Amino acid sequence: MIDGFLALYIFMLAAFTGYEIIARVPVILHTPLMSGSNFVHGIVLVGAMIALGHAHTPFEVAVGFVGVLLGAGNAAGGYVVTERMLEMFKSSKPDAGKETK
Amino acid sequence: MNWLPTLIKACYFLAALLFILGLKRMSSPRTARGGVVWAGYGMLLAVLATFFLPGLHNIGLIAAAVLIGVSAAWWTGKRVAMTAMPQMVALYNGMGGGAAAAIGAVELIGYVRSLALLPPVGGAPAVPVAAQLAPVELALGVLGALIGAVSFSGSLVAFAKLQGWLDKRFIFPGQRAVNLLLLAAAVMVGVLLASGHASAALIVAFFVLALLFGLMMTLPIGGADMPVVISLYNAFTGLAVAFEGFVLGNEAMIIAGTVVGAAGTLLTQLMAKAMNRSIGNVLFGSFGAAGGEAQAIAGAQKPVEASDAAVMMAYAERVVIVPGYGLAVAQAQHKVWEFAQLLIKRGVKVKFAIHPVAGRMPGHMNVLLAEAGVPYDLIADMDDINPEFAVTDVALVIGANDVVNPLARTDPASPIYGMPILDVGDSRHVIVVKRGKGTGFAGIENALFYADNTRMLYGDGQAAVGQLVNELKTLDD
Repeated sequence: MIDGFLALYIFMLAAFTGYEIIARVPVILHTPLMSGSNFVHGIVLVGAMIALGHAHTPFEVAVGFVGVLLGAGNAAGGYVVTERMLEMFKSSKPDAGKETK
Repeated sequence: MNWLPTLIKACYFLAALLFILGLKRMSSPRTARGGVVWAGYGMLLAVLATFFLPGLHNIGLIAAAVLIGVSAAWWTGKRVAMTAMPQMVALYNGMGGGAAAAIGAVELIGYVRSLALLPPVGGAPAVPVAAQLAPVELALGVLGALIGAVSFSGSLVAFAKLQGWLDKRFIFPGQRAVNLLLLAAAVMVGVLLASGHASAALIVAFFVLALLFGLMMTLPIGGADMPVVISLYNAFTGLAVAFEGFVLGNEAMIIAGTVVGAAGTLLTQLMAKAMNRSIGNVLFGSFGAAGGEAQAIAGAQKPVEASDAAVMMAYAERVVIVPGYGLAVAQAQHKVWEFAQLLIKRGVKVKFAIHPVAGRMPGHMNVLLAEAGVPYDLIADMDDINPEFAVTDVALVIGANDVVNPLARTDPASPIYGMPILDVGDSRHVIVVKRGKGTGFAGIENALFYADNTRMLYGDGQAAVGQLVNELKTLDD
């Protein structure tokens, strides 16, 4: 589907992108960022959906079903946890006048 | 007729773009919250688009699994306490690794089925997708499954350890050799699978070996090292996702997975560096297994009453508060900030000093203090605050232990030797709020607690600081 070398280029550029994004992050954001990247690889859900969609035997379907369950957990859980962590940064901003939340 | 696949591809492209932009925004405090929302839209878009992929079977099952998985994780994620965040990250990360492994498994099983030329069950197409796997795809699929499975079982162990279900470290002689053998065996079976010798029995053996290796590799690692380990498994899962994305021909997965893999690797290095250890040392150094006589510590711990401690700080010029994991456990962050505000009102200069690995994750303490409403400018990094301890009257240590342990500098036999610490001992007085006399999380004796200028205020973090607050208030009356 994807040409091998094209995939290699994607791989290389994406790796540099990931490295650059993190390179200058203050320590204070390490935990939220780890959680955020944990959420981003929740995209595995899409792969699990495709795998289940192409599964034929009952056993394959069962494994694929578990895969989708786990992937959905990764995506949803990762989002909620990250959002809750970052919510605190928002409410604590010294210049934020609105404390209503 | 051709517009649907193009539209779906466009959605994946947008999702990848939103992930990268979202992560970028998450790396600055001001835009961080918007970042996760952006990434969230990307995820939503990608998942919705996938439902419209042509040729997808089992749509009902897919929808059901997505619904169950999302609602269960959403519910637990919303309810769990902030202090439990580290293990939740471990848990969700393990799920991602498991999902990647499951994708690999489905592909491999389908591949074996196509090899055996069995007629597909239920009148499915004669040529299953997996049959088209090229050698490179097969190899990457196997590699992704291996990494995903290791990340799955390893993350679950990390979760169990942080949750307190697995207190003891699991160490036996020759452990490293056993682990190495396990890994070698898993890789060997993987190579067999990838070179086309796939069979059902081999697939089962492969996953059992991979899962077992993740388990055995993580079991001997002490809880204090878990943040680094979780971060490493986070990077692992990212890589596994990228590889499986290659097998499935899904660019969004390749990009998102690779970005996380690279970012996670760098994050792991940063964390390990903050503890002055290499990643290899964390993984294979088996905290505390190094043997050697620990230095004997002379003296006794000297207790102090809350009233005396409060007076000491009320009439001090500079007070530095050092929070640790105990603060998180006791949920004392709000009380601590209330106490600090009372001190500030009396004209005391108060700062919070945060060690890079205080708590169970770097930045853990920052998050908790931010939750309580402590402004950024009162929070100092280790490098900034260490020279200031010499002119500090009182250092108030709340639930921190290893990050203030002078043995890290003086005792080569200590497992934490070489880790940079907060030099609280340089201040004129040290008050340590601690639940009891025992050793801390890493099971290491702390020389600070026996120092001449250290006084111990025993009690649960929240209760002890509550007492301090009350004492301060009576001073004002």
